[in-house]
Amino acid sequence: MAEVRVQTESFDAGAELNSFSEAQDGAGAVVSFTGVVRDVAGGLNAMEIEHYPGMTEKAISGIVEHAKSRWPLTGALVIHRYGRLEPGAQIMMVATASAHRLAAFEAAEFLMDYLKSRAPFWKKEVARDGAGWVAAVEADEDALKRW
Amino acid sequence: MTVDVLYFAWVRERIGLPREIVETGAETVAELVDELRVREPRYAAAFEDVSALRVALDQELADFDASLEGVREVAFFPPMTGG
Repeated sequence: MAEVRVQTESFDAGAELNSFSEAQDGAGAVVSFTGVVRDVAGGLNAMEIEHYPGMTEKAISGIVEHAKSRWPLTGALVIHRYGRLEPGAQIMMVATASAHRLAAFEAAEFLMDYLKSRAPFWKKEVARDGAGWVAAVEADEDALKRW
Repeated sequence: MTVDVLYFAWVRERIGLPREIVETGAETVAELVDELRVREPRYAAAFEDVSALRVALDQELADFDASLEGVREVAFFPPMTGG
């Protein structure tokens, strides 16, 4: 069972995690990660997230299917927002569940690494002193090699 | 043939359009890029360095030497920064 949601609206990470956990039959481990917009350099007004409608859902579903083929997951959840988000806002969430802890942790990390550089999202930082697109870093691409 | 060409992030900003219909004789993505590049300076600026770009054909990531045969939608964008 996998659920992928791409949306502008905020979400309640606690409520999402609870309903995800309740729906997992036979899971002994649930792992979740929530990404939050942070003001790294100071003066960030907002993060504008652009995506490729149509491709985004397909790309994320493909990444989730890939994870399910590698780890015995009872379920996976991915929520990713787009649009204008202010510092402190929740930007995305991943949850995985499996019989065992290691599979749930590894699958969650795998999903995070692939979402970062294979799902069609682009971030623009709008700050006090101007706006600029966040550049992909080599470390993100390198992170895929461990899988 | 005609293809829908989509641009995202700074590629969209440089070209000044999110999408357009392009009449092309290109057989590969690289040939399409060559055709676009000579159109106007804003295209030349967007496609100045294709190693800084990614391409998707009908919403699947592809290489610049990929064939355009049967393709309806071509999208150009910088490396993704999700998560």
